[in-house]
Amino acid sequence: MKVPYPIFRTEDLCAYYGDFMAIKHVTVSIPEHQVTAVMGPSGCGKTTFIRCLNRLHELLPGARITGKIYLRDEDILELDPIIVRRRVGMVFQRPNPFPTMTIYENVLAGYKLLGIRLKREEADRIVEDALRKAALWDEVKDVLHRRGTFLSGGQQQRLCIARALAVNPEVLLMDEPTSALDPKATLQIENLIVELKNTVTIVIVTHNMPQAGRISDYTAFFYMGELIEFGPTAEVFTNPKDPRTEEYLTGKFS
Amino acid sequence: MRNLEEKLKNQARYDALFRRLAQAMGVLVILLVIGVFFTLVKESWPAIKAFGLRFLWTTTWDPINLEFGALPFLVGTLITSFLALAMATPFALAGAIFLGELAPPKVANPVSFVIELLAGIPSVIYGLWALFYLVPLVRYFQMKIGAPPYGLGLFTASLVLAIMILPYAMSVARDVIRLVPQDLKEAAYSLGATRWETIRHVVLPYARSGILAGIVLALGRALGETMAVTMVIGNRSAMPHSIWDLANTMASVIANEFTEATEDVHLAALVEIGLLLFIITVVVNLIARLVIIKTRVR
Repeated sequence: MKVPYPIFRTEDLCAYYGDFMAIKHVTVSIPEHQVTAVMGPSGCGKTTFIRCLNRLHELLPGARITGKIYLRDEDILELDPIIVRRRVGMVFQRPNPFPTMTIYENVLAGYKLLGIRLKREEADRIVEDALRKAALWDEVKDVLHRRGTFLSGGQQQRLCIARALAVNPEVLLMDEPTSALDPKATLQIENLIVELKNTVTIVIVTHNMPQAGRISDYTAFFYMGELIEFGPTAEVFTNPKDPRTEEYLTGKFS
Repeated sequence: MRNLEEKLKNQARYDALFRRLAQAMGVLVILLVIGVFFTLVKESWPAIKAFGLRFLWTTTWDPINLEFGALPFLVGTLITSFLALAMATPFALAGAIFLGELAPPKVANPVSFVIELLAGIPSVIYGLWALFYLVPLVRYFQMKIGAPPYGLGLFTASLVLAIMILPYAMSVARDVIRLVPQDLKEAAYSLGATRWETIRHVVLPYARSGILAGIVLALGRALGETMAVTMVIGNRSAMPHSIWDLANTMASVIANEFTEATEDVHLAALVEIGLLLFIITVVVNLIARLVIIKTRVR
């Protein structure tokens, strides 16, 4: 289906692990400044799909991609992966702040790792800005120079979101970002996602159907590596076109 | 039901027995260490009485006139060990990064296996190899630069020590580098870091404590290594003045003179060197523990 203002567009995208084809001929457009949920049963390729979008997939031995992925009309498979990953940030399933760095350093990791030097005031501003966007500033502003690992799981995940946002990406990929968190922390992250879509496009893999219903504008449904259904979330949820989507939504398989 | 109760009672008895046994083994190990220490003190007592603390800082080692000072050997041991460590560490680190992070499993696994084999070669074989291969090489080098062309000496001993401890430091470092969680590395890549930036800022800081532990373990090996060092160090019991000098380490002087020491004081002096080596080794291990605790992540 056509979407207004697509930021990502894939054409006949296939992803492999060795001989195994994990993503099969996916052609889809992802709209800008919207939350797109990627859903489907375990092993359907949804995580692989988003890992293609920032070219993290190809880091695994034997992994490769064919087809085209356009980010604002540039084929990212032709670009330097470093540039792609600066423009497309990622938040992982388990919170993974760098344990050897302080909270402050974690937020600036996108600069520190690449050896980019910042002036003191500029660094302070980026840290505060990113932590505010991630709704974590008030909780950590007095402990910025302590290690991030003493924070709760939900705080750590928001720290990881701040770390990703600090380099001003155009897209934020989230791979089941709340699956390791308790309900309260989950709710905080969900509220955050809805707020963030004003500044960044979000593609979120989720297992949690009510969550997709609450936060997403569009839903992509994957089954055995194929994209079965894509459309506005309300439409996909109330009036699925493919029987397999309906079966999944009604809990016939998971 | 009666059967089951009986069985449980027996089980409890066995459990208690096993716990006692395990406890006894633990105590035995401690007793052994204490036993070794006291034996060394007792056997070296004549020398301790005769020379006191002077033993530690005088440089005369004269079995004819029965005047003994251990400083040349202390210096020999420290120089060879730390020089070996300095030579081995960069290679160990580079090799560990390659095997743990860069090489595909098809390459890393056989190479790691060979490195573990290296660690298992008896030290006398390293000594022989060094005599036939390293000594001429070092001699050639010494002639080129105008140093006394002994071939043997402190430098050669350090070189063979470095080769011997390399597999230890490298395999420990490789193991800890492999243990760095994949999701931390992916977090770095997802921020646009290159492989090297990821290794430098994420992998190495995370593995630092384990890498240091491996290096200190290697130091412990170097301090006590006897056979290979004795074969190439030149066995001269005087204070060394340059790294090309012939010298002795604590371990090599014991190995060399133990069978020939006929006077009680000479024998006692050798045992006292053993006691010093024992203490140094314990201290190095304690430092290693401290380093690990201080630098551990979390």
